[in-house]
Amino acid sequence: MLKQLGELASKALDELNKVSGLKEIRTWQTRYLGKKSSLTQILRSLATLPAEERREIGARANEIKATFEIELARKKKTLEKAKIATLVKQEALDITLPGYSISPGRLHPTTQTVREICSVFGNMGFQVVEGPDVEWDYYNFEALNIPKSHPARDMFATLWVDFETENGDKPMLLRTHTSPAQIRVMERTPPPIRAVIPGRVYRYEATDATHEWMLYQIEGLAVDKHITMADLKGTLFEFTRRLFGDKRKVRFRCDYFPFVEPGVELAIDCTACDGAGCRLCGNTGWLEILGAGMVHPGVLRRVNIDPKTYTGFAFGMGVERISMLRYGIDDIRLFYSNDLRFLKQF
Amino acid sequence: MKISLKWLGDYTHLTLPPRELAERLTMAGMEVKGTQITGGSWQNIVIGKIIAIKQHPNADRLKLVTVDLGKRQLTVVCGAPNLKAGDKAPFANVGAQLIDAHTGKTVPLRPTKIRGVASEGVLCSEKELGVSDSHEGIMILSEEAPVGIRLVDYLGDVILDLEVTPNRPDCLSIIGIAREVAALNEQPLHLPKVHYDEPENPIDSFLSVKIDAPVLCPRYCASLITGVKVALSPQWLQQRLSACDMRPINNIVDVTNYVMLEYGQPLHAFDYHKIAARQIIVRRASESEVIATLDGVERALNQDMLVIADKERAIAVAGIMGGLDTEVTPETNTILIESANFNQAAIRQACNRLNLRSEASLRFEKGLSPDLPPEALRRATQLITELTGGDAAKGIIDVYPKRLDRNPILLSTNQMKRLLGMEVKLADVIKTLELLGFECEKTDLASQVSVAVPCWRSDISCSADLVEEVARLIGYDKVPTTMLSAPLPMYESSPKLEFREKIRDILVSCGFQEVLTYSLTNLEMLKKLSPELHSPTPTPLRVANPMTWEQEHLRTTLRANILATLSRNQKYGEASLKIFEIGKVFLPRDKDLPEEKEMLCAVINGAWLELSWRGNRKHADFFNAKGIAESLLKQLRLEASFKMDEDESLHPGKRANIVINGQKVGVIGELHPGVSQSFELSGITCLIEIDIEKLLPLVTKFKKYQPIPRFPSITRDIALVVNEQVTYQQVCGIIQNSPLVSQVTLFDIYSGEQVPLGKKSFAFRLIYQSPSHTLTDEEVNQTQQQILDELHHKLDASLRS
Repeated sequence: MLKQLGELASKALDELNKVSGLKEIRTWQTRYLGKKSSLTQILRSLATLPAEERREIGARANEIKATFEIELARKKKTLEKAKIATLVKQEALDITLPGYSISPGRLHPTTQTVREICSVFGNMGFQVVEGPDVEWDYYNFEALNIPKSHPARDMFATLWVDFETENGDKPMLLRTHTSPAQIRVMERTPPPIRAVIPGRVYRYEATDATHEWMLYQIEGLAVDKHITMADLKGTLFEFTRRLFGDKRKVRFRCDYFPFVEPGVELAIDCTACDGAGCRLCGNTGWLEILGAGMVHPGVLRRVNIDPKTYTGFAFGMGVERISMLRYGIDDIRLFYSNDLRFLKQF
Repeated sequence: MKISLKWLGDYTHLTLPPRELAERLTMAGMEVKGTQITGGSWQNIVIGKIIAIKQHPNADRLKLVTVDLGKRQLTVVCGAPNLKAGDKAPFANVGAQLIDAHTGKTVPLRPTKIRGVASEGVLCSEKELGVSDSHEGIMILSEEAPVGIRLVDYLGDVILDLEVTPNRPDCLSIIGIAREVAALNEQPLHLPKVHYDEPENPIDSFLSVKIDAPVLCPRYCASLITGVKVALSPQWLQQRLSACDMRPINNIVDVTNYVMLEYGQPLHAFDYHKIAARQIIVRRASESEVIATLDGVERALNQDMLVIADKERAIAVAGIMGGLDTEVTPETNTILIESANFNQAAIRQACNRLNLRSEASLRFEKGLSPDLPPEALRRATQLITELTGGDAAKGIIDVYPKRLDRNPILLSTNQMKRLLGMEVKLADVIKTLELLGFECEKTDLASQVSVAVPCWRSDISCSADLVEEVARLIGYDKVPTTMLSAPLPMYESSPKLEFREKIRDILVSCGFQEVLTYSLTNLEMLKKLSPELHSPTPTPLRVANPMTWEQEHLRTTLRANILATLSRNQKYGEASLKIFEIGKVFLPRDKDLPEEKEMLCAVINGAWLELSWRGNRKHADFFNAKGIAESLLKQLRLEASFKMDEDESLHPGKRANIVINGQKVGVIGELHPGVSQSFELSGITCLIEIDIEKLLPLVTKFKKYQPIPRFPSITRDIALVVNEQVTYQQVCGIIQNSPLVSQVTLFDIYSGEQVPLGKKSFAFRLIYQSPSHTLTDEEVNQTQQQILDELHHKLDASLRS
């Protein structure tokens, strides 16, 4: 019987070695470990054997069974691994096929630039507020030190609303800049104030590659007890650094706006020629970015803020101009003609 | 304002090269927009004198001209008709760079032989030198031009093109700029020394002046010159005017223009003999008075305008333009020169009314000093007597009814520090201001000065103005750079803005491209939103001075411009269009600014999904629009119902109001085919419009938490057969009424073979769940039977077998 067991073991293991599929392995399992298998028969018949033989044969048979089970498990694992390997090989895709796109939309470049600028100032504590597009002459001009017949009105070609008062005045207009919102903010908020005001502005102007009659501006305003022109400079330098990078040179020069004194114009060295002079900068080497200055004492008085106690600064910039410089856009009319072939690039 | 540096050099020593000067002026507030160098390319060009002119042996039209060049003489061939012996002209040696009169290109001059005669150079026309477009003859130089010297030393110049800000009318003059330059360079300023002989005849014996409107004309000065000979001006004068873009006319007019450029004070010359009754009256024009101005145009005046008149009629529109009747002509022998001060606002208003502007009015409307007229008048009188040989009458007329004096301004170092954020010593403040012509006087306080503003600085009225003066001269680059240090103001949230931006982001993530369209539109466009082309209600606000008819009305809806945008892009060949705009519409209010309301409008046209190898190319329809509206609201944690309603722009059977809490917040629908046609759109267009301001108050910022259900749910699918007319909402409403149903989802609609005619089948997935216990099958069966009974009873619905 021992001999028989030995032959069985070597035969079975030999066959197991040759097995190559999971189906065959089940057949093998039934044949050698199943209820009707010789090994099971032998183990079952142990009781009928004499005690001495029983121990010896029993030990041997159990040893073989254990070996069978270990080898079976090992074989199974190998075969399964092989099967998965084949499977993943078969399932390989042409991964160069296009994905199932959900084709997201995009924000208009102006919205993106407005958000970016507002967020830069937001980090410096400026809150975003807005004002009306249709304004009174008072807010757009008078309150900003630009009375009727002031020559500075020439700086703002105005679109007037067809609305007349009893005495024949036309006091309603499309705001020519976001500055009237400064007045509205100061009227309703006592200092300290730190606000940025984005919005549309309108000019009576023929359009070409560098002129558009509807534009977006962002106005900034800070009013408090100890605000100086040095603070204005610091704030604006930080803004240009954030928007245009560390390497741009910044020019801070004297300019005139009726509602600030002293008045400032801020320029960066030309992004196209680095200041050498080219068409973009009109050979000056500089690109004007924004106008600014210390809020005029007359403006503060008009909104009942005492200029002896408070000072403030204000600035205003054109959003499209900044987008154009950053993206290298050479025609301002692209913004609001809304050609998707343009808009989708941002 | 164009400034000739050569001319500028008459008044102050120019210590800086042109480029640096331009930079300093720019930094200090006078932006130099351009620099033009005359004569920069005039190498090898010298001044020659014509000694002899002989006929060319082989050509009728050509001459042989002998030119004296100082050190040598040369004979060249020349075809110009205008030369005579004794003339002085620019002579270009071989190698000189000349502009080819035909091609306009600059080419070097080569030695040539013309009809057998060698020519070692040429006499030049103005065009060849780039001075003007004249090529009819050789440029003849003035008699005083020194022979043999380089032309660039005689005529070369640098012209700065300055952008003078509207607050600085004083800088619309050479002396004004010279004052700035002198201050920047810390150099003295030399004003012209004005002196002329005044023989016996007093000016009062010639004429009297009366001001009837002293508010509009604070000061009127005049001088008179007899025996003038009207002629062309000398070359130096013509050149200086041309350098400043003014056309030379005759010696009288040229001097008035010259002095205007020099001092910034406009002047006008009248032919004295054409002034009736030897009297000048400065008065308001009478209603419907007419005058022919120098440009030959008849102009109707009104009472708001000021005129210079004689006894009979207006002879000039004050400060704007002279009259044709009293113009200086070649026959004129006695002239009256006017130098006056006019009210800036009145001039500006009159210019706008007349739609007429002149060099004079451009200066007056910015506000000139009333101290300027006598000074400029004397200078002009001097030049005219010098140039025309006339005699000035004794004295000048000076009518100045109400002298205006300005109070000094107090300025302290404290104010400097407060505005600039840097210390400036009082001594430096004084030094800087005095360089600019301000007079400073010490006060009782050691840190404060009293500053008298010079007459020409009409722009300075408060201490902040003086702070700027000091700062711009010291240089803004000296101002330190600091960050705001005060505590932050209290944060006040602006929920509307945040909400609006959130909606923008949601739509973009839903596949929509944002567009921004103009705020102005026109009635035609708005009418297209109605298939019957009804006029829009409310009637939009109109712009009084529209640039084009297309942009005449303030939009009352976003629909028109966005549909036009859609149509345009469809024409560009876009097959799948999903665009939206969030922006203001302007709703008129009585006697007030319009209501500005933030609206959302989104439109969809073409395939919902873009063409792809696995895609579904189904055309977007009503339910895509509805789905977007629902997803948007869901993200905002809002739930809407949809109710059919009127909306002219939309398809009568495919439109609905978006209703939340019983309130309409927007609409969805398919565009009315007629409207679609009007906008030249092909295919179906769907639209979503939401009133953002109505939506905002409905949003709850913090929603209460709901516990996660503890007991398992049971899922059942049912198919119901109902009449065609029965709506989803009717069925769903009944199912949802059952408290144990926690979720209902429609997953199929079918009508066809397996369903009787006139009927349709809805397939629903129902999820049953109880918050209090685990449901049993029996309980669910019972509930479902109740639902089916009710459906049958109310809607004649039956379970599909």
